[in-house]
Amino acid sequence: MSQQQWDVVIGLEIHVRLALKSKLFSGASAQYGATPNSQVSFLDAALPGTLPVVNSKAIEYALRFGLSIDAEIPEVTRFARKNYFYPDLPKGYQISQMDDPIVGRGRIEIDTGKGRKSVNITRAHLEEDAGKSIHDQYDDWTAIDLNRAGTALIEVVSEPELYSAKEAVAYMRAIYNRVTFLGICDGNLQEGSFRCDANVSLKPKGGETLGTRAEVKNLNSFRFIEKAINFEIKRQAKLLESGEKVVQETRLYDAEQDVTRSMRGKEDANDYRYFPDPDLPALKITADMLDKQRASMPELPEAKLQRYIQEWNLPEDNAAQLAYDVAMSGFFEHSQALTKATAADNAKFLITDFNALLNEQSSDMIGSQISAENYAGLLDAMASAQISRKIAKQVLTDMWHTGKSAQTIIEAQGLAQISDSNALKTIIQQVVDNNPKQVEQYRSGNEKMFNFFIGQVMKQTKGQANPVQTKQILEELLSNE
Amino acid sequence: MINLSLRELQQCLHKKQISVAELASVYLDRCHQYNPILNALVHIDADIKPDYLLAAQVSQGPLAGIPIIHKDLFSTQGVTTTAGSKMLANYVPPFNATVVSQLNQAGMVQLAKANMDEFAMGSSNEYSAFGAVKNPWDLQRVPGGSSGGSAAAVAARLAPVATASDTGGSIRQPAALCGVTGIKPSYGRVSRYGMVAFASSLDQGGVMAVSADDCALVLTAMMGHDAKDSTSIAADKWTWQAPEDASMKGLKVGVIPDWLEQLEDQDIKQSTLAALDTLVAQGAELVDVDLPHADLAVAAYYILAPAEASANLARFDGIRFGQQSDGKSDDVNDMYRKNRSAGFGAEVQRRIMLGTWALSSGYYDDYYCRAQRIRRLISEDFKQAFSQVDVMAVPVSPEVAFKHGTKSDGVSMYQADQFTIPASLAGLPCLSMPIQPARNLPVGLQLIGPYFNEQVILTTAAKYQLVTDYHQHMPEAFL
Repeated sequence: MSQQQWDVVIGLEIHVRLALKSKLFSGASAQYGATPNSQVSFLDAALPGTLPVVNSKAIEYALRFGLSIDAEIPEVTRFARKNYFYPDLPKGYQISQMDDPIVGRGRIEIDTGKGRKSVNITRAHLEEDAGKSIHDQYDDWTAIDLNRAGTALIEVVSEPELYSAKEAVAYMRAIYNRVTFLGICDGNLQEGSFRCDANVSLKPKGGETLGTRAEVKNLNSFRFIEKAINFEIKRQAKLLESGEKVVQETRLYDAEQDVTRSMRGKEDANDYRYFPDPDLPALKITADMLDKQRASMPELPEAKLQRYIQEWNLPEDNAAQLAYDVAMSGFFEHSQALTKATAADNAKFLITDFNALLNEQSSDMIGSQISAENYAGLLDAMASAQISRKIAKQVLTDMWHTGKSAQTIIEAQGLAQISDSNALKTIIQQVVDNNPKQVEQYRSGNEKMFNFFIGQVMKQTKGQANPVQTKQILEELLSNE
Repeated sequence: MINLSLRELQQCLHKKQISVAELASVYLDRCHQYNPILNALVHIDADIKPDYLLAAQVSQGPLAGIPIIHKDLFSTQGVTTTAGSKMLANYVPPFNATVVSQLNQAGMVQLAKANMDEFAMGSSNEYSAFGAVKNPWDLQRVPGGSSGGSAAAVAARLAPVATASDTGGSIRQPAALCGVTGIKPSYGRVSRYGMVAFASSLDQGGVMAVSADDCALVLTAMMGHDAKDSTSIAADKWTWQAPEDASMKGLKVGVIPDWLEQLEDQDIKQSTLAALDTLVAQGAELVDVDLPHADLAVAAYYILAPAEASANLARFDGIRFGQQSDGKSDDVNDMYRKNRSAGFGAEVQRRIMLGTWALSSGYYDDYYCRAQRIRRLISEDFKQAFSQVDVMAVPVSPEVAFKHGTKSDGVSMYQADQFTIPASLAGLPCLSMPIQPARNLPVGLQLIGPYFNEQVILTTAAKYQLVTDYHQHMPEAFL
């Protein structure tokens, strides 16, 4: 493949819509999907004389995000006006941030599939969204819906440190998981709560200087971003290999055709004429504001990972698999509080067997039909050797379909192991008595015959004989009397 | 009646010598009678709205029943608010500016909206889309700007008081040229909510009236923190106590010798010196101060204000506001271009161009950022000066009202703002009060106070007005 002679360099700009009741600078509702233009304040409509007042919750959310990526937080943050004309931007400028964004340099861990890697985040800033231009509703008109105008976003800008479409997706997922974990974004991709622009460039393998980049705009699904970037890589490689140049431009991804198309070139690029918004005084970020966010911050995956390893002795890979998955780790911790089983056994069963069931059911932890209480009961049954792991898997599937507790299923189906030594002894004595020839062979030195007896006992007990006890009793009865 | 102060009008209303409706009618009639001559107003209520009469009855405050005219840049619910522009010729706001609500609540009776330079850009009121305003002292002359309509209206007593706004001198200069008292409070003292924006970091609502005492009474009702304006300051409100005597003993008054030297009009210079003498005669001590960076103020202002304006005026695209120009447009940008070229006057277009250019990539650091630095230096200069003096007394305008059409180029008009712009850049309270006229035309003296200290300039002006009567002079044609 020709692409192998190129290094791919990708940087992402992710727009995260904050899960707020009202907009960034007006009191209007920020709810999605209302009747067009029903959630428009005088400010959103840019009536003369109206003024922005910053939503303090938005500041809190942005700070919470900043703290969660271990970012530098400035003492003072400023809003700026980004000037451009467009019908769905009523003021003729967007209130955003240029110098002194609310979140400075930070980092986040991603799972590349070949291990974990830390990606640097350049900055994250607050800005208001524009309204929506609807071009396909009327033949001769463009319709404008201002419900979205003024809703709060944070734009998270990564360093160009992602080296494949897969890594870009992994990074996007990491940010997605983080903002939903923090509860600052509803994560609804269809509604545009999480959108991404990708800057893609190629340079000769091992080269120092970055190549000319193209920006692919408005990608709102993990699948599309991977396809769009891969298309872009192929397109640029083809250009470079045929001696042509990549043009710095903005491109749009067409999901139906799986291609990117030029939207506007550099020469048409707007000069946004950023300058500090005189309507909004610089905002001081106090230690109190940060402390409040730290106090309300849920435990971060990085901290969870350390705790799982140090306090609960989980192997690192198991710990990471749980810690970075909000739903999984929640379920894990909840069930662990209710069970006598060790955390390591819980983690192992959850990651392998429970996950296998979720896959079979094409579901995920959020859609799970099994309560943490019932799952803890199942772990207890395994821990007390009432059932084997093999039986446990079968019980788990039944629990999924019936919603019943593990004990109910074990009892109803008689799945408990036989651990009553008298009862076992009677059964095993019968097996020994019924197979004198095999006893003779074993006693004359054919030790393989031992497994024959185990098999017979399991057959008699339908697999419920406690294997450890069975082995003990058998050894006792078969020994030379 | 029209020569009475606000306090005297209050007494008349209180003693029921005149009713609220009768008082309003006196002024409303004058509006209808004299506006055709002055063009000071762009809208006059046909009748007095019953709402106002009711509010005046309900409010027990000192302003209840006092008629007022609002500069047409304050949004008035249900009443056209044009900001002097064709772009807003048909714009009827669905809400009141905070200032308007406050004064309505105080029971003031709104009569009319005052003409102004388009979007408050101008110093002659010749840049209104609704025609030039005439100076009541000489109809051939300009009233100053941009609050020329408010100044002319008060000078001709179309109302005892009018709201106004000041960005680089738009209250003080027309007040000086029309012989009325006008105060621009500290930036952040009065809410900007509902005031059509020109340059947000400089715009400040204020008031014009016959005397400093009248101004103070109205200003007390306008000021205060407004949650709807993030730049309004939550500070203690002061209460106004009119001085009982004119003694200025112990008051240190800063004067800038350079600025006096720069006055080429010897009559204005004489008037100014005479006014300073009056202060001294009341016991004030004159102290020379210096604002070393003030000569850069005009240049810095004409970068910063247009820069902010270029963004503030972007919303006027001819679609939601103003009119779509005739003819087919190639695309949406072409449509904007046509609409904005047709909807904005020449001076507004000039400033939008200037501001857009100053913010453009490659120029931003050299112009906008440098202008901001100058602005900070000027603020520091003032801080330094106010460590030595209580109040500063300086000229307002280097010239008396000039004749219509005599200043055609922007720059010479801009240069005339040299004495008003420095205090604007520093956000300081300042006022203009009438002093001895020059060649029968009004002249003003500017008093500047330390940040958030309006009392000192109002008190000084009120004391001056106890021993002089220039503020009570009225143009004969309107007696």
